[in-house]
Order: sequence, then structure tokens, then C-alpha cells
Amino acid sequence: MSEDRIKIVENIMNANDRLAAENRSRIDATNTYSVNLMASPGAGKTSFILATINALLDQDIKIGVIEGDTAPVTIDSDKIKAAGMPAIQVNSGGGCHLDAVMINQALDEMPLVGIDLLIIENIGNLICPAAFNLGTHSNVLISSIPEGDDKPYKYPNIYRGLEVLIINKIDLLPYIDFDMDYFQKGVEMLNPGLATFAVSCKTGEGIEAWLEWLKKKLH
Amino acid sequence: MHELSVSESVLKIACDHAKKAHATAVTDIYLVIGRLSSIVDDSVQFYWDFISKGTLCEKAKLHFRREPAILLCMACQNQYELEEELTPCPKCGSAQVRVVSGDEFNLESIQIER
Repeated sequence: MSEDRIKIVENIMNANDRLAAENRSRIDATNTYSVNLMASPGAGKTSFILATINALLDQDIKIGVIEGDTAPVTIDSDKIKAAGMPAIQVNSGGGCHLDAVMINQALDEMPLVGIDLLIIENIGNLICPAAFNLGTHSNVLISSIPEGDDKPYKYPNIYRGLEVLIINKIDLLPYIDFDMDYFQKGVEMLNPGLATFAVSCKTGEGIEAWLEWLKKKLH
Repeated sequence: MHELSVSESVLKIACDHAKKAHATAVTDIYLVIGRLSSIVDDSVQFYWDFISKGTLCEKAKLHFRREPAILLCMACQNQYELEEELTPCPKCGSAQVRVVSGDEFNLESIQIER
């Protein structure tokens, strides 16, 4: 018997990343634009998706939604279907994030032909989803006013891989001690020049600017 | 808490390489984890003991080497370590900083018997 040290140097996330690349090819094949939507629980992910769907209803843009949930509760996907768009539910079985495997399987159930925009609603969590590439064109994070202005300082990693940051519930600013300068300074340290939209899904304020960004990405 | 999926990935990579090297067993696995990768070492080891049963990696010991997250201040070029919380440059107070390392998440090497 002999002992040997074998050098490997392989990223532990390689298997996930390879499958994420396969997901991207499948999404690209139908000219669909895709978004991985992340946030903590209660930040307004589903409300934001619904606000986006409703604002685009008269514009002949078809949106498909993959709803990640930790339990087989269909509250969110039912809302999307009620808004007239196809939705499927991915149950992470108590897991803290979606990964490329789950999306690969979900894509088997969701035909992308005719879908202009695919939104994947990730599990409510600011830590784990940041580590798992799904293969989408962009990562979007919703940070909401009641969560506090210190989130970029406490959860730096999730702010780093973003293409868009949505600051939701700005209608609550008069009631909550949220220092916008402090918040945005933290974001700037982690992701300089990040496209940021301050919105209220309740009042509709700011949604238009987000839609302008989004429409430029759709084919 | 995504340590289970991480443990499974480590197991797969280690077993693949061990098989290629015609190993009879893997005794040690060396991981390099940057400060920005949120992984609890004890938790990975906990899962490991279950998922590695009956594989070449059964009883392999996991070794974690932590790499610090380093920030570079664009204003004064000072390099400093990101500890618990993100902070502006401690030397000049600037918030114009870039993350230069801390993302490492690698399986670096394995020790095998054959």
C-alpha cells in the first residue's frame, strides 16, 4: 500500500455551474430573457412579479414564472396563474435555495416557446441563493425598507453578483428609520454602479423605470 | 444551510479523482474556503459522515483552510481584511473599495491509499 497526495484544485460548485450553463442554453434557444429573483422572506418577491406582469399585460409580452418554495404550498403560483401567466412550482423540500438541478427539471415542465421573460422566484433567503448559479441572464435582488439599511453590510455576498437591485416598499420610508445614503454606500462598495430602482409595489411608484430597463433586455 | 449540497459536491469530485487514480481509499480531503463563502465546517463534516458511507471517501478527514476576504481601497490603495461586517477603509474612510479575494471555494487536493 502506498500513500499519495493528488492535486485537484476544482471549484466545489463546478457541477452546479455546468448544469447552470446547460440551463442557459435551453433558455437562449427560445430567445427568452431570464431573471433569478432573490430576497429575504416578505420583501415582496411575488408582489413585484405581479406588479411586473400587470404593468406589461397590454404589451404582448408573455411571462413564465418558476416559483421556488420550501414547502408544497401553492399560494404564490396560484397568484401568478390568476394573473393569466404560466407558473410552475418547485418545492425545495425545506431547502434554503434553488439550484441548477431544480431549474433544469423545472424547464422540462415549462415549455419556453413563446415565453419572452422567465422569472425564477428563489427561496426567501439572503445567504444561500447567492452561492448557486441558476443559469439566468440576470440576478435581481429585492431589498425592502422594513428590513433595515444595514443589509449590504451584513450580507455582502448576495449584493456582489447582481445586475439589478430593487428597493421595495419605499412608501414606508416616512415611518421607518432607514438611512438611504448609508444603505447605498454599502451597495456601492460591493457592486459599483449597480442598476438600482426604488419602487413601491403597493403604490406602483418607480415600477415604470424598472420596466424600461427590463424591456431593453427583451427581444 | 446548504452544507448538504456542498458535501455532496465534494464527495463526487473526490470520488471521481480517486477512481481515476485507482485509489483504494481516500484518507484526507483538503478544502480552501474564502471568507465570503458561507459554509459551516462542522456542519459539512456532520453530513459527510453520513453521505460518505460505503464510498472510497468513507472515513476521510476533511481539512478546511480559510482564506480571508481582502478589500482594496481605491482612494489610498490600502488593503484590509473584511471581518464580520463590511466597513469603509479603516485608513482613510473611503467607501470606494473593491473585493480582491475571499471567494475561494475549492477542493484543493486529496490524500489517497492504493
